[in-house]
Amino acid sequence: MKNVTVVDYKVANIYNICKALEKFGANVTITMDADTVSKSEKLVLPGVGAYEAGVEGLLRYRLMDPIRDLAVRQVPILGICLGAQLLMSEGHEFGVFQGLGIIPGTVEHFPSTLKDVKIPHIGWNALNTVSDNVWNDTILRSVPKDAMMYFNHSYYFNPASKDDVLATTTYGGFEYAAVIKKGNTLGCQFHPEKSADAGLSIVEQFIQL
Amino acid sequence: MSANVRIISRLDIKGPNVVKPVRTEALRVVGNPKILAEKYYAAGIDEIFYLDIVASLYQRTIDFQMLKDVVRDIFVPVTVGGRIRSIEDIQNILASGGDKVAINTYAIENPHFLQLAVREFGSQCIVLSIEAQKRENGTWEAYTEGGRQHTSVDVVEWAKRAIDSGVGEILLTSIDHEGTRKGFDLPLITAITSFASVPVVAHGGARDPQSVAEAIAVGKADAVSASSIFHYDECSVSAIKQHLHTVGIPVRL
Repeated sequence: MKNVTVVDYKVANIYNICKALEKFGANVTITMDADTVSKSEKLVLPGVGAYEAGVEGLLRYRLMDPIRDLAVRQVPILGICLGAQLLMSEGHEFGVFQGLGIIPGTVEHFPSTLKDVKIPHIGWNALNTVSDNVWNDTILRSVPKDAMMYFNHSYYFNPASKDDVLATTTYGGFEYAAVIKKGNTLGCQFHPEKSADAGLSIVEQFIQL
Repeated sequence: MSANVRIISRLDIKGPNVVKPVRTEALRVVGNPKILAEKYYAAGIDEIFYLDIVASLYQRTIDFQMLKDVVRDIFVPVTVGGRIRSIEDIQNILASGGDKVAINTYAIENPHFLQLAVREFGSQCIVLSIEAQKRENGTWEAYTEGGRQHTSVDVVEWAKRAIDSGVGEILLTSIDHEGTRKGFDLPLITAITSFASVPVVAHGGARDPQSVAEAIAVGKADAVSASSIFHYDECSVSAIKQHLHTVGIPVRL
């Protein structure tokens, strides 16, 4: 059974990720209930908007510890955009806010040194692999070489360890983490559910984990 | 090193149909929204604009169930506009498949609303839609209500204020060039791109792949939107992208 739980903490566009999951036969449960989250076989944490709002949403529904516990138990977790940023230790958007801390590191605003490009980064960008074959045993295994994904953000992942970076992307001469991974916890800065076939391959691989 | 540009198809929605306005006066039905959205998705479009162009005129919000149906089988970003007047309107759109919202009329009437929306949803979610008409003195005036109502608001001045409010993107439509296939209003586009720190999408006047390349290379647009040439099958998405690739403009192929 492909059971996937999607967290609805009122800071996300749930419809899009749900229809992407359902396209590949997932049995989707949408919930904000901590107990239901604790019993997930796989968890998706979507998110759109500011870090503080995301943290507030997780606190309001008491989801911080249940999600951390899932990570410890190696239950697959996929964070998307703000949801992925919340997996990190801290976000630095309009203040300093404590995230889930599953993947050590911070979330920062793009530096002012980006060359000739606009902020927010809105558009399609290619993924760079961090080393040969490293995608083979991961949810990126079916992503075609040079495939582009859709990004829409002003803040980026700054992981404490390079070992937690699975893919990067380069924008305005600045290379930053696009996919982070620690154990079975994964985070995509881009939106796989909005990145056509290349992105959908990631959704499909996640369901099949 | 410049960013990859986006090629966007714009669906102007009236009731259950996609329509095509010419200078906002005549409205011709050109197709079914779901069929067209899926056609452009299959053709490799980078993004879709879904704009209800009579919502403000008829004083009703967009049909959220219809939006959900239209976007159900497409997996690229969708920006939705049409009489957005509240935080709740935006929440409903985001819950129905919209990724970003485009706001025109209400933002001009209530400039503080943009700040509120940005604070609630983030800059990357809020697009300012500007319908610009040339004045005799060479400047441009902003129009509301789908481009029907004049406001005396100067487009350049308005864009600057909106960027200060935190909007993440500007959709800049030339009323004079829309539907005419005479090429883009390059002075209008450069008037905005010369200072805009956020992405600017140019719309109005697309004629062929060369005109799209001009809007980017000369106008410095970050993305280009078209409707007539797509809906009337005069130009394909791939013809545009191949041409951009040939002339060295980076784009997703």
